[in-house]
Amino acid sequence: MTATTQAARDAAITAGRPLLKVEGLCKSFFGVEVLHKVGFSLQAGRVLGLVGENGSGKSTTMNIIGGVHQMDAGQIQFDGAVYRPKGPRDAARQGIAFIHQELNLFRNLSIAENLFITEFPKLVPGLPFIDRSAARKRAAELLAAVDLDLSPTTLVNKLSQGERQLVEIAKALGAKAKVIIFDEPTTSLTTRETDRLFDIINRLRAQGIAIIYISHILADVMRLCDNITVLRDGHVVGSALKSDMTIERMISMMVGRSIDQLFPPRDYAAPKGDPVLDVAGITQRGTVKDISFTLKAGEVLGISGLMGAGRSELARILFGIDPYSSGEIKIGGVAITAPTPSVCMDHGMAFLTEDRRAEGLMMEAAIDTNIALSSLQNYAGGLGGMIDRGRLAGDVQKMSTSVQISAKDIVRTLVKNLSGGNQQKVVIGKWLLRDPKVFILDEPTRGIDVGAKNEVYKIINSLAAGGAGILMISSELEELVGMCDRIMVMAHGEIRATYERGSFDREELLRAAMWDGIRSSSK
Amino acid sequence: MNGFRGKFTLLALQNAPLILFAVLIIVFGFMSDRFLTPINFVNIVNQASHIAIIAIGMTFVLLIAGIDLSVGANMYLSAAVLGVFLVGMPPIVAFPVVAVLGLAFGAVNAVIITQLRVAAFITTLATLFVGRGIALYFSGNKMVPFSKSVLEFGRSTYLGVPSAIWVFAVVLIIALLVLKLTTFGRQVYAIGADPDAAAKAGINVKRVVFAVYCICGVCAAVGGLVSGSQVAVASSTFGFQKEFPVIAAAVLGGTSLFGGRGSVLGTVFGAVLIQTVENGLVMTNANPYIYPLVISVIIFIAVFTDSSRTTVLERLERRKIRVEPD
Repeated sequence: MTATTQAARDAAITAGRPLLKVEGLCKSFFGVEVLHKVGFSLQAGRVLGLVGENGSGKSTTMNIIGGVHQMDAGQIQFDGAVYRPKGPRDAARQGIAFIHQELNLFRNLSIAENLFITEFPKLVPGLPFIDRSAARKRAAELLAAVDLDLSPTTLVNKLSQGERQLVEIAKALGAKAKVIIFDEPTTSLTTRETDRLFDIINRLRAQGIAIIYISHILADVMRLCDNITVLRDGHVVGSALKSDMTIERMISMMVGRSIDQLFPPRDYAAPKGDPVLDVAGITQRGTVKDISFTLKAGEVLGISGLMGAGRSELARILFGIDPYSSGEIKIGGVAITAPTPSVCMDHGMAFLTEDRRAEGLMMEAAIDTNIALSSLQNYAGGLGGMIDRGRLAGDVQKMSTSVQISAKDIVRTLVKNLSGGNQQKVVIGKWLLRDPKVFILDEPTRGIDVGAKNEVYKIINSLAAGGAGILMISSELEELVGMCDRIMVMAHGEIRATYERGSFDREELLRAAMWDGIRSSSK
Repeated sequence: MNGFRGKFTLLALQNAPLILFAVLIIVFGFMSDRFLTPINFVNIVNQASHIAIIAIGMTFVLLIAGIDLSVGANMYLSAAVLGVFLVGMPPIVAFPVVAVLGLAFGAVNAVIITQLRVAAFITTLATLFVGRGIALYFSGNKMVPFSKSVLEFGRSTYLGVPSAIWVFAVVLIIALLVLKLTTFGRQVYAIGADPDAAAKAGINVKRVVFAVYCICGVCAAVGGLVSGSQVAVASSTFGFQKEFPVIAAAVLGGTSLFGGRGSVLGTVFGAVLIQTVENGLVMTNANPYIYPLVISVIIFIAVFTDSSRTTVLERLERRKIRVEPD
């Protein structure tokens, strides 16, 4: 740090000028604009709360400030100078620490090693050898600063989530950070750990460190922050002092979006058929608790909730990937005693995972190969179980037309060359070829453009009209409201509320998902 | 209760190689009275040194979740260069030259892996064939005899301990110091645990990975020298398929194939364990045709315990969404 910038910083503080000022920040990924002229400012010793729905651009904004992504347009002033970090390390060196939701600690190393992994104190200057006792001593000082009463030689593996969080803060302090960004720091913390974290944050604030605090838990934001900025669809929709803000107002700012013709209509009043999926009291320690619901033929049942509420975990249990300790699952009225994916598939269940790249698709194979993959045994027969290639090719072609995959040649086009939306249609087509009775869709429209979304919605509607039961997990409230007959809201692994179509209320849904936050604020 | 049983299983799995070692020593000790003698033990370590040296380099690679299949080829190339081109040189000059050559071999792997982003498995599989090919070209596909001075080095002892063991000890001490006491060593572990987090934390991941493959290259060449000085000639099968006992030694010693976990001391133990099996089979006059069978069973047990350990670890560390009141 040179003398001039130090002087500039002091001047900035005395003049009440912001320590960090973001103006006109724009960012697009693959042609989709995710940030549009985002701007806010932050003073030393203040806490700025940043709230918004999933995908509203909070994380992208912070990733730009933290040096993980580069901005397309805009300007950031930090410490009285133009700030444009080349990477995370550069950002850290300039005094901005980013504590990610997924902590960046190495579990196989000790606390002290984690704190100094890039710059250990040296035994002899110039030689590479680490001064372990100096590292331990300095680590102990940093741990004391965050009230963590642990030996610096403890392996991070042995720490609780809350303790790891504090180690990250100690690391930021060790790097002499002036701005610390927290991304969803309390999602996996207990109440006590959260209180402890807030005490530390208040202490940092008193020391003149500026904090940016991103959270879904609005009560926490109200409790902690001096200023609050609300983002929606990459735009800043409101910035205010805490005294001018309420939780209700934040929620209505976060959701106020018009739904145009995105969601194709369906005959919601049509009578539903027999139950196709009965779930009674499914419990798995640490994951989900006492989950019960019934999905009927022709019904689209949504599952809403925040990230980490246990939605995907529930889907994995239902499809037989993960175990459960108690409860009962019936598919089409038949009790499944020992579910595995293949048993569930044989009973007519299909599962579209949230990560299509890793779990759902063979990227290097052609479209037809991918679509045929899960249904090969249905086309095997005759001598030695040979596959009836003619019949298969015909059906695959029909399927790819019906899900509207836009590719000239399904035999030659590799899946990796398709857009996200078309890839998703390939996965859907793959499952539809099995003619599922129960279709679990986990984030079916994540990362695909509006046009493709609309087409995916049409497929879902026609499936439901055809008598399948759809279980749709989504982080986009609008999508669930636009598509579902019923919506269940999950939080902390439990179903907190269920709403029928007609009584959908976005604010109500969001409030149910954030129930913990509201409850703890009223305490 | 469940957690306790999990931890107990983990403890047993972590010490499986040690249990195996004890059982083997007892069995061979009963079957042959020559087995449990100090001379035989020195013999075992002497014969294990070249594998141990190369496996120490391999440990660095495995710690970053990489792999180097080309160590055997590197060994052969080093030996061929020593026997064909460096005939007149005294070992004190020739050995460092060959070590630098091994480093260059490792650097080629490193460039392809870090700069061209080719998977380590494919890269080193390719350099395995290229390396052997070049070495065969140099040797004219004939036996390469080593100079007398090299053989004298191989037969020499210092303080009653064979020189091979001294070289091995020096490599071991350097590796221990580097891994435990330097920033680089700690970063090797960090990258193995989570390369993305390492990059976000500001570690120069590429540079560390580069250095790791160079270290493995040097170790392979030094291992080749030690082995060469013990066997008088390098035939065209010198170093052939050495990558298997080398990787097996590291895994037997508790190094994970998935990175981030392992130690050079464990690796050395693994190398000695493998040599003990071979030696014991010789001592008990076992049919030479069953050697590979027995060794492969041991390797299978090693890999199997490694994967069960990973499963148990995963179960113990599975992410909890709900924090249950106890």
